[in-house]
Amino acid sequence: MPGRGIIILLALIWSSLSICTASVVRPISEAHRSAALELFVPFDGSFGSLEDIYAAFRTLEILGLEKTQDVSDVACESVVDKLGSPSSTAKDLFYALKVNSILRCQAETIKFEEIASKLQTVLKSASSLPDFYYSIGSLLLIKNQGFEVLLSDAAGAFQSIKAFSQSDGRWRYDSSSAESSTYAAGMALEALAGVVSIADSEVDKSMIGVVKNDIVKLFDSIKSYSDGTLYFDDKYVHTNDYRSPLEISASVIRGVTAFAEVASGRVNIPGNKVLGVAKFFLSLGVPGTSKDLFHQIEALSCLENNRIYIPLIISLPATVLSLTSRDQLKVDVTSVFGVPAPPLTVKLLQAINSNSDGKPNIENQELYFDQENSIHYLDIASLKVDVGKYNLIFEASLHDPVAEKKYATGGRTSFSAFFTGSIQIDQAELEILNSDGDSIETIESLDLSKDSSLSLSANHLQTFRLSFQPTTPLGHAFKPHQVFLKLRHETNVEHIFLIESSARQYKLTLDFLGFVEKFYYLSGKYDIELFVGDAIMENSFLRTLGLVELDLPEPPEKAPQAPPQPIDPYLRYGPKAEIRHIFRSPEKRPPKELSLAFFALIFLPLLGFLIGLVRLGVNLKLFPSSPGPVAFSLLFHTGIASVLLLYGLFWLKLDLFTTLKILSFLGIFLVFIGHQTLSRLASTSAKVKSS
Amino acid sequence: MAKSSSTDAVTLIRSLRSAYAATPTNLKIIDLYVVFAIATALIQVVYMGIVGSFPFNSFLSGLLSCVGTAVLAVCLRIQVNKENKEFKDLAPERAFADFVLCNLVLHLVIMNFLG
Repeated sequence: MPGRGIIILLALIWSSLSICTASVVRPISEAHRSAALELFVPFDGSFGSLEDIYAAFRTLEILGLEKTQDVSDVACESVVDKLGSPSSTAKDLFYALKVNSILRCQAETIKFEEIASKLQTVLKSASSLPDFYYSIGSLLLIKNQGFEVLLSDAAGAFQSIKAFSQSDGRWRYDSSSAESSTYAAGMALEALAGVVSIADSEVDKSMIGVVKNDIVKLFDSIKSYSDGTLYFDDKYVHTNDYRSPLEISASVIRGVTAFAEVASGRVNIPGNKVLGVAKFFLSLGVPGTSKDLFHQIEALSCLENNRIYIPLIISLPATVLSLTSRDQLKVDVTSVFGVPAPPLTVKLLQAINSNSDGKPNIENQELYFDQENSIHYLDIASLKVDVGKYNLIFEASLHDPVAEKKYATGGRTSFSAFFTGSIQIDQAELEILNSDGDSIETIESLDLSKDSSLSLSANHLQTFRLSFQPTTPLGHAFKPHQVFLKLRHETNVEHIFLIESSARQYKLTLDFLGFVEKFYYLSGKYDIELFVGDAIMENSFLRTLGLVELDLPEPPEKAPQAPPQPIDPYLRYGPKAEIRHIFRSPEKRPPKELSLAFFALIFLPLLGFLIGLVRLGVNLKLFPSSPGPVAFSLLFHTGIASVLLLYGLFWLKLDLFTTLKILSFLGIFLVFIGHQTLSRLASTSAKVKSS
Repeated sequence: MAKSSSTDAVTLIRSLRSAYAATPTNLKIIDLYVVFAIATALIQVVYMGIVGSFPFNSFLSGLLSCVGTAVLAVCLRIQVNKENKEFKDLAPERAFADFVLCNLVLHLVIMNFLG
């Protein structure tokens, strides 16, 4: 039984997963904007170091989000501070200038010429790739501010950077390092692009051609995931300089697009590769860290408008379409930031039902274009397609042949989608057959569109048979994922049966004789429940069919006992029964008058005792007269009285230990005094006697 | 018959009274004490009979206090009685000291039990 439960669970998980993975790639959306606002939160009025400040402002700028004035002011302060400081390195200056290019801090206080000459000296003595990258990048930023920047030896700088390149298109960080890296390639290409844009005329055209070849080689080493997305990655010897594929891919895209922008002629990279990289960035969804979000958004913004190929993303807003409510199959073709594509035609080349053996159900259907919402759509209900999981293959072709060279649509794009509909269930019948197998004891036809309340009875020699026939809206046989029958005894012992299909019909035959032991010989009423469910079945159901009264033989000795039914887990967390505290009701007390009367009555014997004493002529003649014995006698009587008083206190408020403690002292005292008194008395009486 | 029996009874009681008159005073005091204790106990029993035994421990301690002290008084009487040859050598003061001590112990227990 638990094994079957796991199978059901797995089936559910599988069906839900297969829905989730259908639409992975969607353009940048509102989700990214709200994520950016959540991730880039200033701490103490600032985003941190200048590099972080740049990442934050750049991301917000690309996404078109507002930046608050006070955060900008704080950032400007540190920019002016860094640019004015003589100890700033080329990297500091680079990021300060980058932030400045976004925020446009007070330009009059910044001495750009001085900074430019400082950077020129750095460039002259530069020996590693980062030195070139930061100094050339900074100089380019100063040039973009509108200042004249002259490179003293542009061709030499170009040569020096090119000298770090490797034959496979990757680059080294400096001439002594043995490792080459893809990330460094991105940096180098960006630096080369900087050199070309500052001093275009000085750079040899043939050198640019060589770099273009390097880029093509670099794209040959691109890696791919199974879903068709492409990315760049590095092999690492040291883990301390680890960079994620996202960071490396972003660096390459930044460098390549920057270089393609300034280089004359085309960089010969296939459109599919550009599209694959764009899909890689988009397939990340909304990254969880601010750094990742920055790299994703910045790289996509480079791809959004580049001179190689602008990727156009074909995506489905919805992959679960209802045939009942006549949903339209909609296809979005946009740039990575969701900007509508230039005029194009989207064709549904094929729609293949996953159940059919490769024969397409729809072929070569051109989608209509909705100008208003700029969306391509197809009315699938009119195409007479059946419910099912479909593999859809689209192809987008641009109307303008010139645009073909500018945009990459990626040829055929495949999606999986679910067409859901209402499944009809016919010829549902429930029979009880006699032991000969032919004669029918009871036959009931069922209406599975609602719960029924059949009442059947059967004994262990009879057979139970349930059959029905699910059909799709187009009248084809349908095989739902999950078809189960559940019999539940009054004691909550459940039995679940998988219903097998044969041809068009689902049929379950239960010969009770073979199930007697499985049913633990439990006679009595069994509820019958039928589950029919599928991801593409809109009217999946769990129906109560009624009950069957089973008459099973008495269990033999050593028959297996029904396992104890698990307690409903929800009960454990539900409200507990209220605990009522009941105090013992007070005992009935007698009326106050009666008690008082008896209290008075108790003094009567005492009174009688005293009167009796008087009548007997009791006297105190023997009471000593000399002061010593008088004192002893009085102390003796006081002692007894005090012990009695102690007992009274013990009754009223003291505890046993305190009482015993005091009593021990009093007792010793009393024994001593009593002995003295009584021995004196004894000697007196002995004297009296003898005299 | 009835008459003779009543006269017999009268004679019997008379002879008893005259015989008892000869008892020493100190023994009479003890007898009176015993009667007092038993009477008190009886009143408590009657009270319990009327209102019920709750609280039972209080009733028991009251009753046992009376009965206990009565028993101790009887013991005292036995020891103090001069006719009783068994305790001839025992001083009455010593017997009284025993009586006091036993009463104190008895009432400590009674008080504890009273609740």
